[in-house]
Amino acid sequence: MPEEQPMVQFKDVEKVYRGENVAVEHIDLEIHKGEFVCLIGTSGSGKTTTMRMINRMLEPSGGQILFNGKDIHKIDAVKLRRQIGYVIQNIGLMPHMTIYENITIVPKLLKWPEEKRRKKAKELMDLVELPEDYLDRYPSELSGGQQQRIGVIRALAANQDLILMDEPFGALDPITREALQELIKNLQEKLGKTVVFVTHDMDEALKLATKIVVMDHGHIIQNATPTELLTHPANKFVENLVGQDRLVKARADVTTVEQIMLKNPAAITPGKSLAEAISLMRNRRVDTLLVTDDENHLKGSIDLESLGTRYQSATSVGDITKSSIFYVNKNALLRDTADRILKRGFKYVPVVDNDQKLVGIVTRASLVDAVYDTIWGENEDDQASDSAKESATPTDQEPATDSAAADDRDAPKEV
Amino acid sequence: MFAFLNAHGSELITKTWEQLYISAIALALGVIVAVPLGILLTRFPKTAKVVIGIASMLQTVPSLALLALMIPLFGIGTVPAIVALFIYSLLPILRNTYIGMEDVDPVLIDAAKGMGMTAMQSIRQVEVPLAMPVIMAGIRLSAIYVIAWATLASYIGAGGLGDLIFNGLNLYQPDLIIGGTIPVTILALVIDWLLGRLEYHLTPVSERT
Ligand SMILES: Nc1ncnc2c1ncn2[C@@H]1O[C@H](COP(=O)(O)OP(=O)(O)OP(=O)(O)O)[C@@H](O)[C@H]1O
Ligand SMILES: [Mg+2]
Repeated sequence: MPEEQPMVQFKDVEKVYRGENVAVEHIDLEIHKGEFVCLIGTSGSGKTTTMRMINRMLEPSGGQILFNGKDIHKIDAVKLRRQIGYVIQNIGLMPHMTIYENITIVPKLLKWPEEKRRKKAKELMDLVELPEDYLDRYPSELSGGQQQRIGVIRALAANQDLILMDEPFGALDPITREALQELIKNLQEKLGKTVVFVTHDMDEALKLATKIVVMDHGHIIQNATPTELLTHPANKFVENLVGQDRLVKARADVTTVEQIMLKNPAAITPGKSLAEAISLMRNRRVDTLLVTDDENHLKGSIDLESLGTRYQSATSVGDITKSSIFYVNKNALLRDTADRILKRGFKYVPVVDNDQKLVGIVTRASLVDAVYDTIWGENEDDQASDSAKESATPTDQEPATDSAAADDRDAPKEV
Repeated sequence: MFAFLNAHGSELITKTWEQLYISAIALALGVIVAVPLGILLTRFPKTAKVVIGIASMLQTVPSLALLALMIPLFGIGTVPAIVALFIYSLLPILRNTYIGMEDVDPVLIDAAKGMGMTAMQSIRQVEVPLAMPVIMAGIRLSAIYVIAWATLASYIGAGGLGDLIFNGLNLYQPDLIIGGTIPVTILALVIDWLLGRLEYHLTPVSERT
């Protein structure tokens, strides 16, 4: 939605505390309606500072922030804050007010009539599945998770479209945390709320965000969708923040078989003689050949074993071809293929295109290469798939890697 | 006992009333001045130190001397007594108000502001209710001081139960001394109890102990 006016727009914003301590700098950021933006980064990177400038809890030292196109400096701070839901880091429920009073603070400030407030409070309690009679309780009479829920719905009570949340689920057990994440994600998706969410937790960010803003030392390092972040981390810092295991998983998640397959599998047509088959095996230093017809359609395979035992009776490759063969489509995800190869113990899997034509092969060896490159490869974006492609166009010095059964490269071949 | 009440009964009632009257006005003035001042001072922490320092200094002036000092300014009678007692009432109320307000969890003040309360709304709806127990403790302390010291006001002609006690001292009549002292004590206890009730009602339900 590039045409649409952003709900919040930062223009080269900076915040300097007490004239020297630069908290954030050169912040350019657009937050659109309906987005779920996670600010993530190490402690002290400026997440809270950035967020609190949106509702003028902090004034920028430089630059400009627009709210629905209007400079927030020209909006009365009190009015602005009543339009923006805010869940602070420590919930901040008023201990001396009942749950009802807590929830309806902003509606009361906005002078809603009593019935309207009461109705809203009940509706919100429903939303978070808390009994209505809790409205008369005090915050200290609720569990931590229940208090947190109240903190969240309090930020919605005046139908705010934009909600700011500063590590709202920090101190919760995983189950309660998950339930609340679910809740807030629903609010964003179903009610179309726009959420700005500060977190330390990458899992949380990946799960909730439509956009992740990575911050470090007061700068925005990367502003990307979760998928982009996983597949194209901007630099080492982002990679570390995301974590290697997530990156590997993510690459496997989006890498297709085609990207890592070896491109010239050793193949033979059924009409060829067994002698030709053996010499091809010998040349390519493999113990298995894929069998294809003249149009390159995959038909099956022959291996050294059956060649040896049936050498007397058979004459052509077609006679000993095993037609039951496991293969994958080139567009299949590496993740699934890798799983099958590893779990079912295949030494290799032929790769076909949509017309069943043989286009490549994935071996255990190429799989190892792919994983190795993902983990140890350089930071260049497509390193993993690049190097996989390289090994798919092998040189003569490395015959094993272009073989149909390259995993056997160490075994002596008796041909 | 009965003889004493027969002889001094009506005097006792008038003097107790005078005592109460002087104390109540002094305390009321103290509350009216010191509570808002204490709240105001929380916005100016640097000034707060100075002001509380001055109030503490005033507190150390011997009560008789302070009363005597009032004479050149206000003459004798009820007014100088009330002024002197008012000055004494300031410090406990001021200090407790300041401390009570300062002790309110800043997270809550931040939350109030973040939700769009004005400074005044935050003070009235959040900070003062939460600081109420501490503020009330200061007021109760001041009340007891003021009632006790109001006895000395008799020295500058303000009346009160001090009249009985000083008469007793001058005339060597122990029953007058005791007859004046016991009502002061009772008065202090009753007022403290009443203020306790008030505190209970002013304190938010959740903050009551
Ligand atoms: N009131 C303040 N006065 C001076 N410096 C401050 C103030 N608030 C924050 N800072 C500084 O600004 C920088 C950014 O702080 P900020 O609170 O935005 O970090 P954060 O990313 O929210 O960290 P955390 O994850 O720990 O909450 C830090 O270096 C911090 O020390
Ligand atoms: Mg923070």
